[in-house]
Amino acid sequence: MSDLTVSRSPSMKRQARTSMLLRYLLAVLAIAFALFPVIWVFSASLDPVGGLSSQRLIPTNASLENYRMLLSGDERFPFLRWLWNSFYLATLNSVLAVLITSLSAYAFSRFRFRGRRNLLMTVFLVQVFPNILMMVALFLLLTQIGNYIPQLGIGSHGGLILVYLGGVMGINVWLMKGFFDSVPRDIDESAMVDGATHWQIFWMLIFPLVRPIVIVVGILTFIGTYGDYLLARVLLTDPEQYTLMVGLWFFIAEQYSDNWGAFAAGGLMAALPVVIIYLLLQDQIVGGLTQGAVKG
Amino acid sequence: MEANVRRDSGILGSVPTLILRLFALAVIDAFGIWLLYNMWSDGFYPLAIMLALVTLGLNVVFLYPRFYPIRWMAPGLALMALMALYPVLFTVYTAFTNYSTGHRLQKQQVIETTVEGPRNYYTPEDGINYTWEAFRSTEGGETTYSLWITDPEGNSFFALPDEPLIPAGEADISARDEEGVPTTIGSFRRIPSGQKLQLLDVISAREFGEPPATIQVTSFREAKATIQRFVYDAELDALIDRQTDTIYYASEEEGFFLDEDGETIFPGYQIVVGLENFRRFFSGPAISGPLLRVFVWTFVFSASTVALTFALGLFVALVFDHPDMAGRKLIRSLLIIPYTLPSVISVLIWRGLLNERLGVVNRTLEDLIGWAPAWLSDPTWAKIAILLINLWLGYPYMMLICSGALQAIPTDIYEAARVDGANAWQRFYNVTLPLLLVSVGPILISSFTFNFNNFNVIYLYNRGRPPIVGAETPAGHTDILVTYTFRLAFEGGQGSDFGLAAAITVVIFAILLVLTLINFRFTRVWEEIGENV
Repeated sequence: MSDLTVSRSPSMKRQARTSMLLRYLLAVLAIAFALFPVIWVFSASLDPVGGLSSQRLIPTNASLENYRMLLSGDERFPFLRWLWNSFYLATLNSVLAVLITSLSAYAFSRFRFRGRRNLLMTVFLVQVFPNILMMVALFLLLTQIGNYIPQLGIGSHGGLILVYLGGVMGINVWLMKGFFDSVPRDIDESAMVDGATHWQIFWMLIFPLVRPIVIVVGILTFIGTYGDYLLARVLLTDPEQYTLMVGLWFFIAEQYSDNWGAFAAGGLMAALPVVIIYLLLQDQIVGGLTQGAVKG
Repeated sequence: MEANVRRDSGILGSVPTLILRLFALAVIDAFGIWLLYNMWSDGFYPLAIMLALVTLGLNVVFLYPRFYPIRWMAPGLALMALMALYPVLFTVYTAFTNYSTGHRLQKQQVIETTVEGPRNYYTPEDGINYTWEAFRSTEGGETTYSLWITDPEGNSFFALPDEPLIPAGEADISARDEEGVPTTIGSFRRIPSGQKLQLLDVISAREFGEPPATIQVTSFREAKATIQRFVYDAELDALIDRQTDTIYYASEEEGFFLDEDGETIFPGYQIVVGLENFRRFFSGPAISGPLLRVFVWTFVFSASTVALTFALGLFVALVFDHPDMAGRKLIRSLLIIPYTLPSVISVLIWRGLLNERLGVVNRTLEDLIGWAPAWLSDPTWAKIAILLINLWLGYPYMMLICSGALQAIPTDIYEAARVDGANAWQRFYNVTLPLLLVSVGPILISSFTFNFNNFNVIYLYNRGRPPIVGAETPAGHTDILVTYTFRLAFEGGQGSDFGLAAAITVVIFAILLVLTLINFRFTRVWEEIGENV
């Protein structure tokens, strides 16, 4: 490739320069398409009037009023409460998901037993069906469990976590098992000669080695849970327990056009942590994605 | 090594871990049995069976050493069985029942609620007539009423709500008037006869005494004993209404108790209806009308989304993945921002931008050309808007996938093509695209399945609207199968039809299963497992 570039004639150089200029032009267009809604919403969030119709790109009397209203703990829109709910649910779910799936993936990767292949297939196939399709069954299931254990019933964070955890195995076990397989088995065997148990090998040797995939699975689960709307909407009942996504939806569902500015501020604040995580870890996440995970 | 092998597969393991394991199992079993007992007696049979299987499975796995590997997966598998597999199986079962508003309960529950239900009592004509006096207590800030009743033989009772009748001799009477009627009983004070008439409505709406043997005030002078209106006759398999002398026979075809005229006792109960829901799904004239449209649009929506996002994502990847281009990393970071935003937020943003009267897009268009599309109320424009939004949401992902896959294509193939005189388009069409499709094929299929069920975009943008005029079940022009099913189950105008919703879900399951199996053939998944077994 490089030797061809060296021998290019002046006309080819000019052609190359034009094509590069075209690329930058397209880049500007593409970025405009990608960011126009975001910029527009940012401007809306600074508009103290907060109506949809009155909004201009550069708001007159720009102020942080909308942000102040949300963060000051307005009773109708307990934004901070919702933010906290989302954060702790997503964190708890991703930590538990990583533990559960890494244990399973270790077994799939390191043990040989009858029915292993079928079990792996089953784990994957069960999780092909998205939760949306089982909403009625899940609702009923939590209602019934809630008769005996209210902390895991309808309208409880415990029940929601349980449903989330029921859906973490599939693709995550596959991703992790693939990574575990790439860790040489010699490591386990030499440790075993030294008298280590499987648990010690897993926890002290393998787990630190597979940290990249653990981070990817953890982050993707966190983002997925944080952004979940439907399950939280159907299974939570009390506005105090809402997650941010459900809260924001109800927030604007009533008086949409009047609350536009406040929604814009809330949406941007809600999105910010996720966007930052993505941008910081984009290389690792892309690696995980290309192995077949789809944003959920 | 030998010692370690024995430790893994030995029956006992070390003593402390064994004790710990048995203790944990005992706790789980005690808890499981308690739950099972309660669920079974409350009639939650399917869940109870699943729970029993899971508990049994845990015991087997933790007691038999040959299942040692499964122990590692036990938490995951148990959760999966209860929270993912059980709902799937339950949904499949529901598809064969008439489960819906009016048919939520089991037959046994319907019998119980009808016979013992709080409103199903009546005062028979030939019942005992009591005379009554009313009492009131305001103890603890709550107003409670009670009755002093006397039957024709002159026996008196004190009647409190939800408590057995207290014979006069046992009541806590502190003062009586000249006729021997108490004026205070415990904290209750007698209501003067001047107020009795005013309070007649309040008092006659209440029941006194412990169900089923309650007393009801029927007139200013009289109170009567009420009796259960319905009794269940197991031999006839029928509910008998004693007030009207009507027999309601259980109909296993209808899921109702019916009398001869076809009058029903509400609610009905759940029955297995076989393929009825599927018949309605495929051939019912009222339902298949909107359903066919929904079905077609679901496919059009998913296929166009995949095609558009892939085309734009690939184009962007090709343009910007040029080694000489400065700031590639920055450009990529800016371009993936739509993908990083939680989709709930970005769809709601778009809903604001495309608002027909107030949104920025239409205000700008009105100013520029004096016309703007009806993004929300016109069926075609609403569909276009949804494809646009989904393109915006999805192309960064395809861009990431494509740039990864493009880098994996060896450069010497391009050189060879160039030497053979292929121009840029030919090189792309004959070399890049086929190689790319091999590696991103599975992702295109899983993207299709994802969008096939892309609830958020459809529902949050416009809730599937605009509505299809004249459709018998509520459906919208932009509804896809999942949002349509969601409406049937949760937002039905005439009540929820869980049975039909489940039948549609089973059809979606089948489609997903086929797509996934196709995907497996594409990927090397099978071979990968094969290698390691």
